[in-house]
Amino acid sequence: MNTGERLEHMLRIRRFEEQCILLSKAGQFRGHYHIYIGQEATAVAVCEALTPPDFIFTTWRNHGHLIARGASPDRMMAEILGKAGGYAGGKSGTLHLAVRDLGIPTTSALVGGTLPLATGAALACKQQGSGITVCFFGDAALEEGATYEAMILASLWQLPILFVCENNTMPSDRRTRLQAPSSTLPAARLQDVPEALQVGAEVLDGADADGLRDGMQRLVAEVRASGKARFVEVRYTRWPGIVPSWPDLPGGEWQLAWAFGEQPDNADIAAWLASDPVCRYVRKCVAAGTLERAQAEAVDARAREEMAQAVRFALESPEPSPEQAYRHVFA
Amino acid sequence: MSSPKESVKNRARTMKMTFAEGIAKALYESLAADPRVVLIGSNFMGLNATAKLLMNPIVSEFSSRVMVAPISELGIAGAGVGAAVAGRRPVVDINTGSFIFQAFAQVVNEAANVHYMSGGQTTAPVTFYCLAGIRGGGAAQHSHTTQAMLGQVPGLQILTPGIPEDAYFLLKWALLESKNPSVFLSHSLLFGETAELSPGAAMLPVGQAAIRREGRDLSLIASSITVTRSLAAAVELERQGISAEVIDLRTIVPLDTDTVLKSVAKTGRAVIADECHRRFGVAAEIAAVLAEEGFGLLRAPVRRVAVPDVPIPYSKTLEAELIVTPEKIVSAALRAMGR
Repeated sequence: MNTGERLEHMLRIRRFEEQCILLSKAGQFRGHYHIYIGQEATAVAVCEALTPPDFIFTTWRNHGHLIARGASPDRMMAEILGKAGGYAGGKSGTLHLAVRDLGIPTTSALVGGTLPLATGAALACKQQGSGITVCFFGDAALEEGATYEAMILASLWQLPILFVCENNTMPSDRRTRLQAPSSTLPAARLQDVPEALQVGAEVLDGADADGLRDGMQRLVAEVRASGKARFVEVRYTRWPGIVPSWPDLPGGEWQLAWAFGEQPDNADIAAWLASDPVCRYVRKCVAAGTLERAQAEAVDARAREEMAQAVRFALESPEPSPEQAYRHVFA
Repeated sequence: MSSPKESVKNRARTMKMTFAEGIAKALYESLAADPRVVLIGSNFMGLNATAKLLMNPIVSEFSSRVMVAPISELGIAGAGVGAAVAGRRPVVDINTGSFIFQAFAQVVNEAANVHYMSGGQTTAPVTFYCLAGIRGGGAAQHSHTTQAMLGQVPGLQILTPGIPEDAYFLLKWALLESKNPSVFLSHSLLFGETAELSPGAAMLPVGQAAIRREGRDLSLIASSITVTRSLAAAVELERQGISAEVIDLRTIVPLDTDTVLKSVAKTGRAVIADECHRRFGVAAEIAAVLAEEGFGLLRAPVRRVAVPDVPIPYSKTLEAELIVTPEKIVSAALRAMGR
């Protein structure tokens, strides 16, 4: 994947999420939902390191992982709107988006619930002799017993799984004040939990797309070669639009011009840009001469148009027929 | 003790098989037949030292597919679901039936929902094996009968064998053929039950109840442990001049209401024997079906013989007060007959 492609994947996720927020605010779908803005570089880095037989398990904050893995934004957006054209014909909504054919067989919206599932898939990988499993979850998952039990199994049975703990819990200054990386977990180091169970662990910077690419390539290769579990905490500075359950777009849609010196109207967003993986990546690549502004603008325009199309597809997709409520209880 | 495979080879046309042997035979033959079958946990026989020996050939011959499990019911249940969605056919040993509560989030909120919430993309053919029911001395936390609670969860198949043949056939079906998650409710008090099994005998289709004894005057509707107790009650009733038909539901989900209604159409009377608590139990559901769909068939009110709505006590005397016995079934049958 080259610089432009990597940027395009990150922007595709960002532009998808913005459309999702706008559709929610326009009343086009109901219920709470979760947004991946500010975390895009992680999904892109992990998926770049994966191969087709690998499995991904994600959470209610799944949009970015699916897009990075190659899911269709049209069908994802239709599913978020509960339409017949969605991946689950309107049965999953945003919370349980899954694409079996992309190695994302089921998506749990229970905080720690996804880790035992992913661990079982890693057991299947080991016994089938193909692939590894990546499990994405938030730092809050470490507050549930399911997480601890899953890590026991992954360690005891020596399973090829990469646990990716996406820690977006709070702004970095609060982290320093609390002297803990998570607001609701009294652990000074999240890695202590997996390390106690002999699962090797480390921390990566969620704002550093290049660091993430190198780190995830190395970690995925280690899991593949050793057949053993690894844990990585990716630490973000929380995007100001994450109002839990009801995301907002402070300062409006993200502007590529912000990476080239223009200032957002919103002070929180202006302060956050230093921790924005997309903004930092653009600035770094331009400074290094591997990306030109015109190229970045073309990439962004493509991503915007693709997601505008996804919105059109979703809005035009029909409602599921009522009798579909009775289908798929049993195979 | 010979392996289940040798047992089949060495014996004549029919073989005696205990309920526990049926389970061991199903596990052994399923592991041998399909490399996707994997055991997560390896106890299966609870505290029964003799029955435990049946597991030895399984553990020694298929060690790479028998995962020794920590006491992590939630973790292993979820790992079973995850392995199933990724292409394996796992059976998770939950051990004592009450321990399924430790695993409930994965059984009820993951396994049961996978197929539906993926819009039919994904299946989760995992089996959760439980030694459920009042086993004697289990007290309040090791005596649960969970089929009614689990029956409230769309997406789970609930298998409740009452005879050795069904222990074998239903478990083997769950492991080799089922496309959906199943909860297999074994019962340690049935381990010693013995029956003849003809080699080549075919299984009654899953979802079809079995008439274990034909009768004219009254239908006794049972499942799991209450099948043998209803058969014992039917013998006593016959002595008193009453011809009781005994229906073994075999599975709670799917529930064969056709066979129940057909039997009650013939007898006009129904007594339901069920080890669940009385309120909202399997018996309550059957009674509701009879009220809604069989009202005109009934010549007497439906009677339920179930466990009173109290936790299960340790004391033998107190426990005996609560359990479903042939005597209680007989007395409910006599009431239904107006005696």
